[in-house]
Order: sequence, then structure tokens, then C-alpha cells
Amino acid sequence: MNSLRKKLDKLKPLFSKGGKFAKLQSVFEGFESFIFVPDKVTFKGSHVRDATDLKRTMTIVIIALLPALLFGSYNTGLQHFKSVGVNPDLFQAFWFGFLKILPLIIVSYVVGLGIEFIVAQIRGHEINEGYLVTGLLIPLIMPVDIPLWMLALAVAFSVILGKEVFGGTGMNIFNPALLARAFLFFSYPAWMTGDKVWTEGLTAGKNIIDGFSGATPLSLCAAGEITKLPSFMQMFIGTIPGSVGETSALAILIGAAILIITGIGSWKIMAGVFAGGLAMGLLLNAISVNTFMELPFYYHFVMGGFAFGAVFMATDPVTGSQTEKGKWIYGFLIGILSILIRVVNPAYPEGVMLAILLMNIFAPLIDYFVVQSNIKKRLKRAKVAINNVVK
Amino acid sequence: MSRSINLKKGFNIRLEGCATEILSETTDHILYGVKPIDFPGLIPKLEVRQGDEVLAGTPLFHDKIHPEIKFTSPVSGKVVRIERGERRKILEVVVERSGNGFVDFGKADPAKLSSERIKEVLLNSGAWPAVRQRPYHVIADPRDNPKSVFIPGFDTAPLAPDFNFIIGNYPSSFLSTGISVLSKLTNGKVNLILNGKGSSGRLLENLPGVEISYFSGPHPAGNVGVHIHHIDPLNKGEIVWFVNLQDLIMIGRLFEEGVYRPERIVALTGSEVIHPQYYRTLSGTAVSSLVAGNLKPGNLRIISGNVLTGTKIDSNGYLGFYDSQLSVIPEGNYYEFFGWASPGIDKFSFSHTFLSSLFPERNFRLDTNLHGGERAFVVTGQYEKVMPMDIFPMQLLKAIMAEDIDMMENLGIYEVAEEDFALCEFICPSKIEIQSVVRKGLDLMRKEMS
Repeated sequence: MNSLRKKLDKLKPLFSKGGKFAKLQSVFEGFESFIFVPDKVTFKGSHVRDATDLKRTMTIVIIALLPALLFGSYNTGLQHFKSVGVNPDLFQAFWFGFLKILPLIIVSYVVGLGIEFIVAQIRGHEINEGYLVTGLLIPLIMPVDIPLWMLALAVAFSVILGKEVFGGTGMNIFNPALLARAFLFFSYPAWMTGDKVWTEGLTAGKNIIDGFSGATPLSLCAAGEITKLPSFMQMFIGTIPGSVGETSALAILIGAAILIITGIGSWKIMAGVFAGGLAMGLLLNAISVNTFMELPFYYHFVMGGFAFGAVFMATDPVTGSQTEKGKWIYGFLIGILSILIRVVNPAYPEGVMLAILLMNIFAPLIDYFVVQSNIKKRLKRAKVAINNVVK
Repeated sequence: MSRSINLKKGFNIRLEGCATEILSETTDHILYGVKPIDFPGLIPKLEVRQGDEVLAGTPLFHDKIHPEIKFTSPVSGKVVRIERGERRKILEVVVERSGNGFVDFGKADPAKLSSERIKEVLLNSGAWPAVRQRPYHVIADPRDNPKSVFIPGFDTAPLAPDFNFIIGNYPSSFLSTGISVLSKLTNGKVNLILNGKGSSGRLLENLPGVEISYFSGPHPAGNVGVHIHHIDPLNKGEIVWFVNLQDLIMIGRLFEEGVYRPERIVALTGSEVIHPQYYRTLSGTAVSSLVAGNLKPGNLRIISGNVLTGTKIDSNGYLGFYDSQLSVIPEGNYYEFFGWASPGIDKFSFSHTFLSSLFPERNFRLDTNLHGGERAFVVTGQYEKVMPMDIFPMQLLKAIMAEDIDMMENLGIYEVAEEDFALCEFICPSKIEIQSVVRKGLDLMRKEMS
């Protein structure tokens, strides 16, 4: 560790201004500050600082994502073996799935971070940590069979057009991970919808046993085949077809607990989404003109990407509402829209993605009204004060 | 009827090195420095030259914009040095003490003086800079008529001195004389804010002529900005003045004894102090004589004031004009191998992202490391947790950065000062220099409004 430090100190001048590799300064800094927290000290303002930085913040989100990732690996294997009629043991299923997901993660990070590094260097900025989380979120909301080139294209699209053109991390309007998914959803719908893409090998159609459909609970509902739905418990645990990381409400709940206890994720947004989903679910239950509307409201929480979206996507601090009151409203509306799109619009069985992207647009408007109410209060107070003086 | 306000938002930074209640009476310090940089926005104009003999109360420099505001020598002696920085900016005027001579400003009962006469005494003696104002958190303009005056009676900053202990070591009459001086400066109330948790002592509770309010809660419950916000909030065009407790004592002494004697009981605190305790000295004293032999070895940072809002000074620097505290902590100029990934038993944080949050009572030895690099705003909802005012901190900061005057005004820039944002700066995961941003905004507003 000391010798590593010495080597870095030796290399540093080469990458500094005027050095041989000055063009790679941001990249060097990025790696250096990844390995060593810098020796920078405070020079004005508060002399001591909180030990938390963005790296730590992002690390916590990644840790919170691990249960979903690990379960997703297992489930990917499980669904595959089910489709070929084999009953795998736990490790076998996990390892199979892990090897399938790993390339997705690698492609996502290599393409995304590569672009971040280049842009940081062009701007002369330090490399921002934002993509560390996005890079893991993207594979988790993809069907496992997505071709890698498509994934790379989606990542490039979302990082360049979704984030960098707006000024980089902290400035983007849309959640970059969802943008990548939406890009594929509308550009290559055949690879993002239907019954076959969710299970490894199903699109190729090798050795599939009869009777295995690979349909997700949501597409079963959309098709009106409610009776074929897996049990609530099965969907809660997550042994169902779906995007890599979204199937297990249980794993996502563990992640939510980590985010809330550490104070990194906004519990207000999460609670808002579930409250909105609950309200809309109950309303649909009350109307119930078709079988999908009759579905007990709590089923919605464990189906599709609802839980994953609520915990990991809606809580993105950059694209979500930034005021505390606004977070409740923002979350609530996402919950309502998710279920509404899901049930009422059969063309988009997954409503969460579109609901969050739509609310990303409205988040600044919500904040505007919340901030205006504070401004009005202040103006009113000033008026009262003036009137008192006049009296 | 006294008010009682209980604040929930805020955060106590738990540091090692709280001062024990021992008072050292050594007053044989030689060098004293008066620093224009202690007063934001001041353009100093020198009145002395190197080698001049001065008395306690002789003006050293004055404010170029308000020439009646004078800054005087705390001791009698000789001006030995005028330290200048970049572009010949005056950093400090240093006086070497000799003898006990002083300018006699005349004993008087403030109750019998006109407010004009009181202002004159305060201005001529150099006591006026102790009277500060909100908005902008700067020295008060003597021509103004504030709607009320505030005296914060306790301090919640990290390792803050105990004011009850401090005032117990002064003659009690100074306080009440000081109060009657202040009550001549406003048509409104003189507010004294006491700690709602724990006793504030008879002396303060029974002071005549003040309206007492009790505040309790974590830091910044002791900040004057928080007090004003909850008791007599500032609207556009309004002005509130405030005075520190030890400055109030100094003002009381000025009228009772006729001398300018800015005495300070200073808490020497911090993890790198061997015996943290109190010292009786004067404002502007050379810290080297205070800390001599009482510091642990190592690369240290000496701060005049507390670790959140204080000023970094050299080991041969001088105590700031308003400060009742010196903090000494280790410098943090080291690399840490995968520091952001460590479980963090020793890492102090407002968030619960480190294992240290399992020990809510422990005190920490914090250094000056930034723990990361500066980034754009990413995380939201954090600043609000340490801001016990009806203010939107992030939106206000963005308005300041965009220099949007109307928005700054709408979001309450008049009600805040950089010290109210110190905790936001501490917890900021993007490591943004928030207090500098706020000061920039205040200076901009002040310029626009004058």
C-alpha cells in the first residue's frame, strides 16, 4: 500500500499539467482517488468535514443493490433450468445466472465509464461517481437475453444524450438508467417485450420443454390470464420471469432498508410511491370492470418493476423532486401513474418506467410550487410587519 | 412570559477536548493583533504607523466607509508591526504591550445618557464593532434604528465554551450596565436567549430589562440567526442588532470604569490540547503564549473560534475579535487507502453510512481532511435536516450561485449568515464550500441594496 502510494506519487507529475500524459489527468485522478482518498484539506469554511463523500454514498447504493443482484443471478439460472426441465441446486442456478449477467455488467460499466472518463477529461473535471450506480442499475432492469451491442448502444445513448449534454452528473433531467431502458423499449421492442426475452435461451428456443411460457406476471394479467398467475408468495420471493433484478420484492426490501437506515435514499419518495400505488390499486378494485382491475391491489407491489422502481429509480436525488414536501407528491404521483398505465393501457404492461420518466419532467414543477409557498409565506409576513408599523 | 422553543433539526459534532472548568489568570501576554479580516466587508484605513506609542483605546484604524467606526488598541504599548498581504491588504496591526495606560472615556450611568452620547462613547472607544447586525452579519451602522437587539446567551457549536462558567468570573454589574446601554440603542426589545436544557444560572435568569426566551436542541440552536428567525424574523428593510455576552460585559465595563478593555475568557479546546481549559486574556492576544507547552506534537491546525466557523491562524497568530474559543485539531493532509470503502469505526458522519454511527455517545478526534473531492449537487434532503429555520437551503444556495437577486431575497437571504450554513457545509457529500457561497451572496446583496 505504501509502495503503491510511492509509485503513484512518482507517476503523478507525468499526468499533471505540462506532463507527458497531461491529457489523461482526469483518468489518473479518477483512479488515484478511487484507491486513495485524497490528501486535500479544508482551507476555508468548516475546518472538519463529514466522512461521507459521493463515493461512499454511491457505494451504499451499490451495497443496497447487491441482494437484488444476487437473487437475480439465482433466478436467471432457475428460470433457465426450468425452461429446459432441469431441477438445479441453489449454487448451480446462481452460477449459471451470474455468468449470464456478468457480461451485461461489464459492458454497462466499460461503455458508460469510458464515456464519463472522456467527457471529464474534455471538461477538465474530476470524474464523477454518478455512473457507479447507474452502471449497475442498467443491467438489473434489462431482460437477460438482451444482445450486448444493444446494451452498449443504450448505455451510450443515455450517458451522452441523457446526461452529458445537460452538463453531467447532477444536471440531468431524466434518470439515466431508465432512459437506457426506454431507449431499447422503443427502438427494439422485440427484445424488450413479449414472453420469450425474460428467460435465458428462450429466444433461441433450444431444448425448451412443453408448457413453459416464460410469461411475466404482468403480461399474464394484460392477456387476461389472471388464473395462471404465480402465488403472491412466489412473486414476493421473486422466482418468476422478469428483468434481472426486479423480480424479488424481498431482495428489494432489504435494499430499501439499507438505503433508509443509512439515510441515503429518501423514505418519503418510497413511501409516496407505495401510497400512490395503494390508492390507485384500491380505486381500480372499486371500479373493477375487467379481471385485471379485480386483481387485489397488493399484488401490484410484487409484480413487475414496481418495487424496484420505487426503491432505486424514483429515489434518484438528481432527477426526483428536491424539496421534502415535493418528494411526497412526486412519489405519490409515480405510484398512481404506474398502476394506471399498467392496468389501463395494454400496450405498455410495465408502467413504472414510463411513470418515473414522466414524473422526472414534472419534478421541477412540483418543487416550484413548494418553493413558491415558502416565498408567499415570507411575503405575507413582511406585509403584516409593514401594516403593524403603519398602525 | 418567556418563550420556550424546542428545535429538532440540527446536529452536534462530538469532538474530543472539551475545556474543563479551570480558569488560568495569566495576563502577562506581550503581543496583541487587531485584524481587519475579522470584520467582513471592512475596508480599513490606518491611523497609526509602525513605532507609534498607543494607549488602550487609541484608534489603530477606522472603516473607510463609516469613518466614525474605530478599531482601537486593546492594550497600551507600541505598534511594532503592520502585517500586509496580497495587494498590500492590511492583515493585522500588532501592538507590543508595555505599561497600563488607557484612554479615559469617562464613567457614566448609561440610563442617564442620550442614545447619541452612548453611540459616541461606543464608537470612540472601539467597542462599537461588538455591535453587529442582521441582515449580512456585519458591524452595525450607527445611524440605524434596529427593531430589536439580541444577546445569544449560550453556544452550541462544537466544544463551545460554557457561558455560565465565563460570566461567573466577571463582576455581575457589568452585565446589567451593558443591558441598559443596549436598551438605549433600540425602541424594541432586548432579547436574551438562554439554553432551555440545563440551568442558565441565577445571574442571567434575573437580569433586568431583557426579554428572556429559551431555546433547546442540537447545534445551531445557539446561533443568533436561529433565535432571530423564531422570535422576531427579519423582513426586507428591517434590521436587528446583536451582541455577544462577553462583548456585553466589555461594554458594561466601558461605562462603569471608563476604559476600553476587551477582556475575554477563552476556552482552549480540541483533541490536540493536552489540558483543555479556560484562560483570561484580551481580544487579539497572541495565541502562541496561550497554547505554549499545552499542545500535542504533530502537524496541527489552530483555529480562532470553533471548528465550524472559526478562522485558521498560524501558531504565531492572534485571537479573533469576536472569538471566545480556540480549537486545535490535527491537519488531515494524508492519503487514505480505500478510505471511502472502510467500515469506518473511527469515521464521524451525520449519515449512518459508517459503523461509527453505532456509538452515538462517543467523541471523535476529527482532522481537516476533506474526505473527498468537490462535486456538483447530487444528494438532496440533507441540508434541510440541519437547518432549523423555514428556509430552503439548497434552493437559496443555487439562487446565490446564479446571482439571482430577486430569488435570494424571496428565499430569505436576509435571515441567514454563513454560520447558519456551517453544518450544511460539514455534511455536504459534494464538498461544496457553502459558507463562502453564502458570504458571497450576502456581500452581493449588501452592495445591491446600498
